[in-house]
Amino acid sequence: MSEAGASGVRDPGLQPERTRLAWRRTTLSATVVAVLAGKSALHDRPSAAGIVVCALFGALWMAFLAVAHRRIRTLTSDGIPPALATHHATAAALCAVALAACGAALVL
Amino acid sequence: MIDFARNLRLWFAPQEIAEEGRTPDYRFSLANERTFLAWLRTALALIGGGFAVDQFLPDLRWGWRVGLALALLAAGVLCSLRAVNHWVRCERAMRRGEDLPVSRFPALLSLAVAVVAVAMVVVVLVRGNA
Repeated sequence: MSEAGASGVRDPGLQPERTRLAWRRTTLSATVVAVLAGKSALHDRPSAAGIVVCALFGALWMAFLAVAHRRIRTLTSDGIPPALATHHATAAALCAVALAACGAALVL
Repeated sequence: MIDFARNLRLWFAPQEIAEEGRTPDYRFSLANERTFLAWLRTALALIGGGFAVDQFLPDLRWGWRVGLALALLAAGVLCSLRAVNHWVRCERAMRRGEDLPVSRFPALLSLAVAVVAVAMVVVVLVRGNA
């Protein structure tokens, strides 16, 4: 699958696979951050506000997961994968920005 | 900064990039994508560091704790925004057949991380003596 694209040319660099794994690693990093964020939201006694913020972190993590999942599905399909769409890249980065913004609000 | 504003439009308008120049070898695009993801992971690590400082150093004075956490979170935000910006610039340069853009950001980021690390060392030493 990854060895020969639609053109039948073998890709010795396994580029789509490496890119897929890079998305996996990034998802893993996002998971760690989301868990840390959720923990600090519920740090001192879980309050209503804390639970709302925690749910927000969960939603941001899901949003990132959705972007990563779509891209991984594109990369695993046969043929030469299209370049990453700009709005997907922006969405992934904005998830990170939103996590940080919520974190800053939480810290203050 | 003006460049940044112009690129900002491209972040949300994929067809504008696709119309320019010609499509490069897909492997180059994928390499660019992996670089973007590596920067995004760096940003996520900085953000995670911010949360960790806030959470695992509860004995620290409020000012230091909040200052360090906010510095790390802000670095993470900058890093992720810059990741998209650099990705867009590289993608466009490849389509036009230009040289890849150079950047001062890696040097600035490493300086910022070094400053935060020194601040951490100072905080730990001061607390150890107190």
